[in-house]
Amino acid sequence: MTAPRPRPGAPGRPRRRVAPVASPGRAAGAVLVHLILAVLALLFLLPLLWMLFASVDGEATLRAGLPGVPTLDNFRAVLTPEIVYRPLWNSVLTCGGAAVITAFCSVLAAYPLSRYTLRFKRPFLYTVLFATGLPITAIMVPVYGLFVNAGLLNSLPATTLFLAASTLPFGIWLTKNFIDGIPIALEEAAWVDGASTWQSIRYLVAPLLAPGLAVVGIFTLVSTWGNFFVPFILLTSPDKMPAAVRVFTFFGQYGSVRYGELAAYSLLYTLPVVALYVAVSRAMGGRFALGGAMKG
Amino acid sequence: MAPALFLLLAFFAGPILWTVWASFTNEALTGAQAADTRFVGLDNFERLLRDPGFRAATLLTALFLLGSILGQTVLGLALALLLRNRHGAVRGAVGTVVVGAWVVPEVVAGFVWYAFLEREGTLNALLGSVGIGAQNWLFTAPLLAVVLANVWKGTAFSMMTYGAGLSEVPRDLEEAARVDGASGPQVLWYVVLPLLRRTIATTLLLITLQTVQVFTLVYVMTAGGPGSRSTTLPLLMYREALSLGDLGYGTAIALALLVVAGLFSVVYVRMLSREEQA
Repeated sequence: MTAPRPRPGAPGRPRRRVAPVASPGRAAGAVLVHLILAVLALLFLLPLLWMLFASVDGEATLRAGLPGVPTLDNFRAVLTPEIVYRPLWNSVLTCGGAAVITAFCSVLAAYPLSRYTLRFKRPFLYTVLFATGLPITAIMVPVYGLFVNAGLLNSLPATTLFLAASTLPFGIWLTKNFIDGIPIALEEAAWVDGASTWQSIRYLVAPLLAPGLAVVGIFTLVSTWGNFFVPFILLTSPDKMPAAVRVFTFFGQYGSVRYGELAAYSLLYTLPVVALYVAVSRAMGGRFALGGAMKG
Repeated sequence: MAPALFLLLAFFAGPILWTVWASFTNEALTGAQAADTRFVGLDNFERLLRDPGFRAATLLTALFLLGSILGQTVLGLALALLLRNRHGAVRGAVGTVVVGAWVVPEVVAGFVWYAFLEREGTLNALLGSVGIGAQNWLFTAPLLAVVLANVWKGTAFSMMTYGAGLSEVPRDLEEAARVDGASGPQVLWYVVLPLLRRTIATTLLLITLQTVQVFTLVYVMTAGGPGSRSTTLPLLMYREALSLGDLGYGTAIALALLVVAGLFSVVYVRMLSREEQA
């Protein structure tokens, strides 16, 4: 590191830790920074504006613009069992199921990993970590082959299991960190008092782990809810498709597009995941955000 | 541990092993090959190396990676730096918008960017108002379009990791450098960035692993077109294996993707394990 030459003295300019707005130069700098931030925020917002405006616009086009007369017609048009309710219900079933399975299996796998000295613990942990880095996209072709051969294609339970498996490595990793955070002294005290391992898990660890498990579950839900490729490959009949695929196939390759309805549907499909995200990041105080973007 | 192991073996290890095996066969969905799957040795890989489509897709994937990583890193770091020391309301507002782009499902992000860049879209409307002619960006610059969309979607992640990394940089160091007369950029380059090295390395790896598998965004926006001018490896794999039904060849592409991601993943694991032991 080549340190800049020290400038001794400079008596007229006292350098103190004062409020940054003290000097005019810094004030101008702060204005500039805010200006840049505003422009960046606007750039990030621009593409989304179309969805917000078009969803309440009776004559929506691809161009974002304030609707003349706001209307709920677009929502009314898509809120039918075939278009919205059924696919959303399928999403709830598959993603919710995957979340429950992932949380359950994560505890079973993470507890011994956290508490016992196992011979293959480190290699196993690193394998799990390695697996979180493998792209789901790349294993979809073999998984498709597997599903065809096993006659599991177009099966909601099988798809749910696969989604659970795909989020499991990260779930195990996250859960292990949560369990590591629970002091083992509590369990030892319970064992001294005559509790079995299972009892100590059930009455001690499980309640303390509940918030962490909720995070794992909701994380799974958020990441599988947005997953398009997996159900797109593994499910074939329209009545089983989750919202992610339905919104795509229904509005086709923009053939006879009713843009307003497309925007309304997109909004309906996006809202639950945004709500869940807000809930988790509140509960976690921002920590959730860091581990988040491992899987698309 | 049994259920977790079962799921991981059945749906993770199984497919990966099957990928390795199937990439040496002529397995197909339809036609004569479907009934009679044979071992074809290295045929698929030879074909892969000779296939100009594969070479083009590899190049496009590399460009897509490069653009996405560069964009997300620079923009994420810039946002994290600019947002430091800002008022809570400013942080909240800007953060919400950027994270909002990240939370939106990929399909929706694809639609939204399609609407933004299409000939009739918002961008041309804006450009038109300053006198620049309209064009279909998805047709004239498909790769740039998907890179932009991916940067838009992914920047929140690097913004958050860099934000967390920056919060651990001791203030005294920067202050000391400033007292010594360093300018803002100098402090950033010689003091802050070296301290962020670990965070930057981890984030770069995670972005790479994430970006190499992007399928949905590209598929929704351009479907790999026009022609194959935005066909990255995941899209090529999808087309060969599932649209054209050539599973053997498709799995060979999948294997190539797996190997690349696997290498990055190994580096990532090693980095973390060294950190743990240090």
